[in-house]
Amino acid sequence: MQHVPDITVPAIDVEKIRKDFPLLQEKVYGLPLVYLDNAATTQKPQIVLDTLMHYYIHLNSNVHRGVHHLSQEATAAYENSRKTIASFLNARKPEEIIFTKGTTDSINLVAYSFGRGEIKPGDVVLVSAMEHHSNIVPWQMMCEDRGAELKVIPMDENGELIMSAFTELLTDKVKIIAVTYVSNSLGTVNPVRDIIAQAHARNIPVLLDAAQAVQHMPVDVQELDVDFLVFSGHKIYGPTGTGVLYGKEEWLDRLPPYQGGGDMIKTVTFAKTIYNVLPYKFEAGTPDISGAIALEAAIKYVQQIGVENIQAWEEQLVEYAAQQLQQIEGLRFIGNAKHRSGAISFLVDDIHPYDLGELLDKQGIAIRTGHHCAEPVMGFFCIPGTVRASFAMYTTFEDIDRLVAGIKKAAAMLR
Amino acid sequence: MTIKEKQDELISDFSFMENWMDKYEHIIQLGKELPLIDEKYKTPDHLIKGCQSQVWLHTDMQDGKLIFTADSDAVITKGLVSLMITVFSGHTPKEIAESEIYFIDAIGLSSHLSPTRSNGLLSMLKQVKLYAIAYEAKSQSQKNGKEL
Repeated sequence: MQHVPDITVPAIDVEKIRKDFPLLQEKVYGLPLVYLDNAATTQKPQIVLDTLMHYYIHLNSNVHRGVHHLSQEATAAYENSRKTIASFLNARKPEEIIFTKGTTDSINLVAYSFGRGEIKPGDVVLVSAMEHHSNIVPWQMMCEDRGAELKVIPMDENGELIMSAFTELLTDKVKIIAVTYVSNSLGTVNPVRDIIAQAHARNIPVLLDAAQAVQHMPVDVQELDVDFLVFSGHKIYGPTGTGVLYGKEEWLDRLPPYQGGGDMIKTVTFAKTIYNVLPYKFEAGTPDISGAIALEAAIKYVQQIGVENIQAWEEQLVEYAAQQLQQIEGLRFIGNAKHRSGAISFLVDDIHPYDLGELLDKQGIAIRTGHHCAEPVMGFFCIPGTVRASFAMYTTFEDIDRLVAGIKKAAAMLR
Repeated sequence: MTIKEKQDELISDFSFMENWMDKYEHIIQLGKELPLIDEKYKTPDHLIKGCQSQVWLHTDMQDGKLIFTADSDAVITKGLVSLMITVFSGHTPKEIAESEIYFIDAIGLSSHLSPTRSNGLLSMLKQVKLYAIAYEAKSQSQKNGKEL
């Protein structure tokens, strides 16, 4: 075991937390698993698994329809989840929380509805150079459809947005700005308050992709004054296929619906359909009821540990990892932002990231290799991909030590 | 050695290695012995489709036998290409086209490699066989041409 910096957060008992996650007890290739691919998806605590099972054993019924007991119980549980998520984000009202399939689905919803309602030919949509494909392609499709233009806020070699260029891009043509709070490929935390303030000075709404933020730091939508904020359930210890769109009530009221179907309507005739009120207007069809309820369990679990405590713990992990990785000969960081969270991307000499990833895998260490669904970022750095280690509340200093030892061993074989 | 004997030798080499890190070490070593492709053949039409990392493959006919050269930007991939070339290089197109390839499964490569790698390996095998079939067809038609 190498030198461990002073741990100033006794508030988080990592060993106890790890016991709550069954998958962390698994072995791969006969070795204890080191799971450092949390930016792709997190493992699930037992309470989330129990909640899923409990729903199907005791509550399963469709929501918002039946008068019978079970349907009322299921509806209450589903709507309670909405309330918990609203309070987690400090939204004004639960109606500002829309359940979706995930971040990608949430962004597609906003891009489609905003495009239909607000975008005219010649308008501009701003995204940043470090977006995940899911915060590029939906806007690109909408722009193509509406005759609008997609422009990009550039970044520098450290993986930080060039804010002077952002200010210059702000014209009256810009109708919406969609940026990531935390970069999935570089770990950069963007100056979102500054972005939102400058945008609002020109009455431009902002969508924040918080897929890599909500599990790592406190997020308060009122304090941020953000117009739309999206995240995925499965990256915050919840089930896959769940996600959230937060939108300010006035925006969600103003935008046309996304998909048509059951639940999103008030009355239907063949001549005209009157849409339902928020949040149902944006939730066509039977939702992922069990998923939404289990997502509540995940968020309550996070709240119980305390997001601030998680943040403090993970900041130490990132700092320790950066410090230890730096000592590996030939290792260079891809993205070196002053303020970063959750993930570290790197390459070692000219070793192909797939080679390194494969040899780490055989040592029981799960990391991500490749372009991380952010090909423009890889293009900017002229690399085929990176090796990315990403952290969670259950990551330990020992995990990082094994990663560092694993990289050294793999690099010695590959050089 | 025949293609079959070469495969049996590879299988026996790998069977002595207990864990996968040792097997990878051996694969990487084989990659260093790979007969490298001439730089002028590192063109898009020599790239093998279906590989995540880049693989260039070239073949030449010498005394009726096919000689393969290759390269890759990834070291493990280079080792896998090397395995393939060891088995096939120096055989006639007919022998290659008719060969039965079992060493990939026998060594356990198909189940232990990441899916992208084993797909790449299969693409490579397909490409080698296609080259052989193409040469075989060409020589057949030349033979027929002479006889007529």
